This record gives sequence, C-alpha cells and structure tokens, in this order.
Amino acid sequence: MMKRDDCLKVLARHVTDLDIVLPVYSAAFAWIDIRPHPLNYLSHGAMGLASSHALGLALGRPDRRVIVLDGDGSLLMNLGSLVTIAAEAPPNLYHFVCQNGTYEANGGHPIPGRDRVDFAGFARSAGYRTVHEFSDLTIFEQQIGPLLSETGPVFADLKLASGGPQERDYTRLHGLHVRRAFREALAAS
Amino acid sequence: MQQGASADIREPEALRGSSIVAQIRASRIEFVVSVPDITTSEGLLRPLSEGTTPRLIRICKEDEGVGICAGLAYTGRRSLLLIQQTGLLDSINAVRGVAVEYGLPICMMVGLLEKEPSVPPTQSRRYGVRIIEPILDAMGVDYHEIEGDVDVAKIGPAIDDAYAKSRPVVLLIGRRPLG
Repeated sequence: MMKRDDCLKVLARHVTDLDIVLPVYSAAFAWIDIRPHPLNYLSHGAMGLASSHALGLALGRPDRRVIVLDGDGSLLMNLGSLVTIAAEAPPNLYHFVCQNGTYEANGGHPIPGRDRVDFAGFARSAGYRTVHEFSDLTIFEQQIGPLLSETGPVFADLKLASGGPQERDYTRLHGLHVRRAFREALAAS
Repeated sequence: MQQGASADIREPEALRGSSIVAQIRASRIEFVVSVPDITTSEGLLRPLSEGTTPRLIRICKEDEGVGICAGLAYTGRRSLLLIQQTGLLDSINAVRGVAVEYGLPICMMVGLLEKEPSVPPTQSRRYGVRIIEPILDAMGVDYHEIEGDVDVAKIGPAIDDAYAKSRPVVLLIGRRPLG
C-alpha cells in the first residue's frame, strides 16, 4: 500500500508543462495542491466521466499526453470506458486508478467488491496496450518515468491506503474560473 | 427553450439519411460518438460507419459520450453524440453537469424510439417519447424536431449555434431516415 500524496508527488516530478492531467475527487484535491497548473482538467460534471473526458482530449490533442487520475468508485461507474478507450487506442492516454477501496469523498464507505475487484484485470481484458500495478512506492518511483514514455493506452492500478480528511472546496474543481483557465491554457499552448 | 415543437400532426414525408449526413459533414463535425439506435441505425449510423469522415467512435454507454464530446470541445474539435432517447434519459445527470452547468456545446442527435411518424413527440402514445421535450424544457436545453427532409436544414444552424453560444442542443429524429 502506498500513501496517495506520496504517490502523487512522485508522479508530479514526471509531469511536464505540456501534459493534461485529469484528477478525480480526493486525488484532485491533493493534486491541485501538489501540482497547481492550468492544464489540470478538474471539471468532469458527473462522477465516473473523467476517463471519457480524457479520451476526448486525447483524440482532440494527439500531441499531448493526457493523464487520468481516476478513483476506484468513479471507474466502477464507467467501466465501459475501458473498452471504448482500448478500442480507440489513443497512444497518448495514461489511465491511473487510485484504488483505496472506498468512496472517500462520500463518507468513506467501501466500494462493492473491494477485496476482490481487479482493476488491472479489467483493463487487461478490455484491451489496454499496457497494464501495471503498483503497491510499493519505491518500485513506482523507479518505473513511472518509463511508464509515461510507453505508447498508450496505458493503465496503472495504484494500490493506496485510504487518505485522511481533506478540505474539499468544490469550487476549486468546478468553478468557472477553473474551466476558463484550462481552456485558455490549452488554446495558448 | 422549446424551438421545434409542432402544434399539428403533419403529413408523412420522407427523411433521407443522406441529407442528414450531408448536414453533419457540412457542420464540420469531425467525430460521431454513438450507441446504436434502431431509429437511426440503417439510414444514418450505417452510412456513417462506412465512411471515414466524420470518425465514428463506438461507445458502451451514452453518458460516456457526453464526456468524450466535452473533451473534444475543449480541443476545438466538433462532435455529435448519436443516441436513442432511452440513452438520453440514462445520461441526464451527465447532460446536466457537463453540458448545461458547464455550458459546453454538446450536440446530440437522438432517435425517438417507436415514435409514430408525423405525430409530434409530445402527442405520441409512447410515454418514453412524450416526456422527452418536457424534460429538455425543464433542463433549459434547446431542441429541434427532425421529422422530414424539410427539417434537415435546421441541423447545420443548430450545431453552429450550439458552438457559437457554447451550449447543448438536441436534434430529435422522429422517424427512420431512408438509407
């Protein structure tokens, strides 16, 4: 098990100013403090849709790496997106799932099948080009650079401990200023 | 927000899939994102699937398509979500959050399953058809009825308007287009 924030800090060292990052819920609140950037795409509109937004961005901007930091509860709401992404096979899409086994932003209740569900297995069966699983931070640190150089779609299951309490001001994710900043940054770059 | 409702039952008239496809292409739609819909299956989705432009993205569930079209919109690429009204109903929360509250140009072409030809949707005997326009009214989403070839000319301006104003639009396909 890794701590989410430790994991995200490692990832942040490998994210460039050109990359688009779509973090979800708890990962989003952690990520925007660890790596504030206008190309963080934070407004997904409905739970589960981050991977679908990411596919649209990846198809529309094939010159950019698009990195999704999905939640496990979120991905369970949109498992079909794994199949769709694998079928479209965008080479620039990197799909991480933060697997902590809980709906952390909604009271910490367990996800269904938390002790059995195999997200890497889902991605592998769906047809992702490459699938990884990480539960050790040292190994993640060693492999994240090469992983982000692989041809996508790449899937990585990050096995995380449940995070602690967070201050969740959702205007930081859904506010008009956030979407406007993203749009302007993407258009300008 | 109602823009296309008809007060009277109209005479049957042809609706050609080729006319709709021509409008889609003329509207600079680069991606069609779709779950198959029986109303538009043969006359519209089939010919689109046989061409290379616009690019067809087959999805598993309609709300996925709302997200995909949103991502594409941010990159300046135009797309059209081609689905059935049952899928629209299933995607209401995504349309609410992504299209309406964020004000994004999500353009949806929606086949009205089992709507009687020439009968306005609100007068259909099918509950699942009758409720669509009132729901769109409640959500503040613009829509247009596409019942015959005479209506096809609405498609281009509706899509252009959605992108110009950055807001969603629904094009309701009221009968099976001819192939």
